[in-house]
Amino acid sequence: MGCFAAIVRRDLLLALRQGGGGGLGVAFFLIIVTLVPLGIGPDLKLLGRIAPGLLWVALLLATLLTLDRMFHADFEDGTLDLMVIGPLALELVVVAKALAHWITTGLVLVVAAPGLGLLLNLDEGAFVPVFATMLVGTPGLNFLGAIGAGLTLGLRRGGLLIGILVLPLFVPTLIFGISAVTAAITGPAPFGPPFMILAALTLGAVALGPFAAAAAIRANLQ
Amino acid sequence: MFSGVSFALESGEALVLRGPNGSGKSTLLRLIAGLLRPDAGTVRLEGGDGELTIGQQCHYVGHLDAMKPALSAEENLQFWSAFLGGGKTGDALCRFRLGHLAGLPAGYLSAGQKRRLSLARLAAVRRPLWLLDEPTVSLDADAKGDLEALCAGHLAGGGLIVAATHLPIALGPARELVLDRAGEAAGADA
Repeated sequence: MGCFAAIVRRDLLLALRQGGGGGLGVAFFLIIVTLVPLGIGPDLKLLGRIAPGLLWVALLLATLLTLDRMFHADFEDGTLDLMVIGPLALELVVVAKALAHWITTGLVLVVAAPGLGLLLNLDEGAFVPVFATMLVGTPGLNFLGAIGAGLTLGLRRGGLLIGILVLPLFVPTLIFGISAVTAAITGPAPFGPPFMILAALTLGAVALGPFAAAAAIRANLQ
Repeated sequence: MFSGVSFALESGEALVLRGPNGSGKSTLLRLIAGLLRPDAGTVRLEGGDGELTIGQQCHYVGHLDAMKPALSAEENLQFWSAFLGGGKTGDALCRFRLGHLAGLPAGYLSAGQKRRLSLARLAAVRRPLWLLDEPTVSLDADAKGDLEALCAGHLAGGGLIVAATHLPIALGPARELVLDRAGEAAGADA
């Protein structure tokens, strides 16, 4: 377990020293959220109605922007070579890296989301559901994203390709995240079931993503 | 890449791989480490821990230094020591004369110093088999001497070394395997 903690600690320290990942995501998140009201005009009612969906879509795009950083630096400087043959199964290496990546990007975006909701006239009853669904949904996004990051390892313009590979996988998380928020604001369906399915999607991604990502990394290193 | 390559190393022996660029020296090392799968043939480590792969019982020092520019020399080495299951890193840094640079971010180190930091892994974590790919590149004479002393100690303790290099390196009781351009083993034992 020492190796697992060592990777998480190192990645957190690197993110802290180098910045980039989380800050970049939040800046992108902020830009989308401020551009949309400029584009559709100052209709507060309309903004409030589309705010949850907009926040979720912006969150997906901001997450996507940070994904290509997950394994790339380690691949380029030879760290990944040593990790592949190292004492920790590559699947667990992926879990450690995706976890650290979520803490430094996904979690930061989730914390920023309610603040950005203010800019979109988000209904006051929607703040907690939006925050809760994003908190539960984002780990799944990072673990699914790890698959894309593993598949595009070593490609120079991998970022764009990750989007094409991974965005379709994000769709269920988006759908159930939004339906949980909608259920909480307007009803009549209860908040519980879609929220549970969202949690299940995340758990599924956490369980299966590392295996797919590890297989992709192995195939790319051959 | 190559075929017909076969060799066996006894405890305390070193093998130096030689051959022109592209003859497959690095490929052979990556194959032994388990980074590549052979199309045919096997690599075995006898007398090791049967539950571990060769990769988990070896040090692989490749062309890339696997050090993060944003972390200090000591933090980098401490990470590898923790990940590979080793002990304290202070002595290892001193063996390669990096003690006074321990707190400096690895990004500020010169190529030779980075190489020494990468090689310090060998001293920080005990592993029976060392796979060294051009270990002396960008090392000065002193650092090369440090490396040769470390290798001699490792061999005297019953360890194994497989090193690919163009530059002369004194590894004590070393055999030589020459890969020719077509990638076939031409000679052994020197």
